[in-house]
Amino acid sequence: MSLSTNTVNAAKSVGRGTAIHPLVVRGTHWVNAAAMVVMITSGWQIHNAFPTLPFEFPNVLTLGSDLTGALQWHFAAMWLLMANGLVYVILGFASGRFRRKLIPIYPNEVVHDLFAALRGKLSHDDLSVYNAVQKLLYTGILLTGAVIVLSGLSIWKPVQFHALTSFFGGYDTARYVHFAAMAAIVAFLVVHVTLAVLVPKSLRAMIVGR
Amino acid sequence: MPRQRKPLPGVDPKLLIGDAAKILPEQSRRVFLRGGASLGALAVLGGCDIVDGDTSERVLRVISTFNDRVQALLFNPNTLAPEYPESKITRPFPFNAYYSEDEAPEIDADQYQLEIGGLVENKKPWTLTELNKLPEVSQITRHVCVEGWSAIGSWQGVKLSDFLKMIGADLSAKYVWFQCAEGYSNTIDMPTALHPQTQLTLKFDHRTLPRAYGFPIKIRIPTKLGFKNPKYVTAMWVQNNDAGGYWENQGYNWFSGL
Repeated sequence: MSLSTNTVNAAKSVGRGTAIHPLVVRGTHWVNAAAMVVMITSGWQIHNAFPTLPFEFPNVLTLGSDLTGALQWHFAAMWLLMANGLVYVILGFASGRFRRKLIPIYPNEVVHDLFAALRGKLSHDDLSVYNAVQKLLYTGILLTGAVIVLSGLSIWKPVQFHALTSFFGGYDTARYVHFAAMAAIVAFLVVHVTLAVLVPKSLRAMIVGR
Repeated sequence: MPRQRKPLPGVDPKLLIGDAAKILPEQSRRVFLRGGASLGALAVLGGCDIVDGDTSERVLRVISTFNDRVQALLFNPNTLAPEYPESKITRPFPFNAYYSEDEAPEIDADQYQLEIGGLVENKKPWTLTELNKLPEVSQITRHVCVEGWSAIGSWQGVKLSDFLKMIGADLSAKYVWFQCAEGYSNTIDMPTALHPQTQLTLKFDHRTLPRAYGFPIKIRIPTKLGFKNPKYVTAMWVQNNDAGGYWENQGYNWFSGL
């Protein structure tokens, strides 16, 4: 069933002669990448000021010379992250791209594609169609993105947005949620960047579109 | 953490940007030159230390000021900080300052007077005996530190908005400035000063404020980060100019609202 859907989608994109990734997707992808790197590395410095978990990130990996600078970077890049994220999410829903590309996700296909990937036998012939593992990871990272922004807002404004803070289990728990979401994003990044390097044409497609 | 990029030999980044801008159509050129685009362009063209350089510091300060305005808009004067039951009070409540506990100011209760100044009708200084006679309010709220930790404390004292009205303060003034015994200071916005939970605090957990927590007076502001809650307060001025503050002047966000 998904095979036929995929074939139709592939045929459509080829037929229209459109890029694998439209310009707005590529643009928001790279702006997000830059904003995320700033958010994560400044966030690590903020963590070091009073570690949530009993370890510190090495200074060489953090942004901002001290807590002051790290906070300035964090609360500057958050605007870029949120504005860019909003554009991406609104267009993703409005254009139907999320619906076309990310759903449905069938568990048996995820398992099948995961094993195929691990054996190095997953096809990348048509980059405009995501395999089941990609669908799962991309949907997961979008949801994680929502969690990190909302939990971030809840610890930035625990009085004005106290309902949101309560939703995340109160101020102290919301910090752990924010941290866990960061950890999930970093884990995703490791896999994502590794695979992009292993399949260079996918990286090319995200830069030049095809 | 200095990160130096090697400048392109023989290329002045500013001149190059100027030349690049000339190629753009009139409208884009104006937008380009007016916008912050030059920061990114400078970094790309080399020579500019974007991470710790003066340019990025200036841009970050501008954004921090923008964040002050956003936070002032987000601040709802009727939104109350959550209050907690006594069982949730953090014990012992942490001492926190940029000096150690035994370096904290020691103030003689009998000699102490709270100095009042600025746009206020009655500038008579207040003794602790006089302040302790004023109607008492109480709160158990969360103190959130800029470092990320938090602690729940129990504070009693005079509602600051009542006190400001009583002394005939100009409530249309923009700021209230607090001076502290050790040289610390804070300026806060008038809407926050008038918030129902902003308190001229004389007691912690129903006992005279201990030296560690700011004897004789702390200004408890549960809608702001901890460093915007001055301790050992000796003077209060109502004014229209922003006199900054100890940490704010070092780059911490001025509004620091919660």
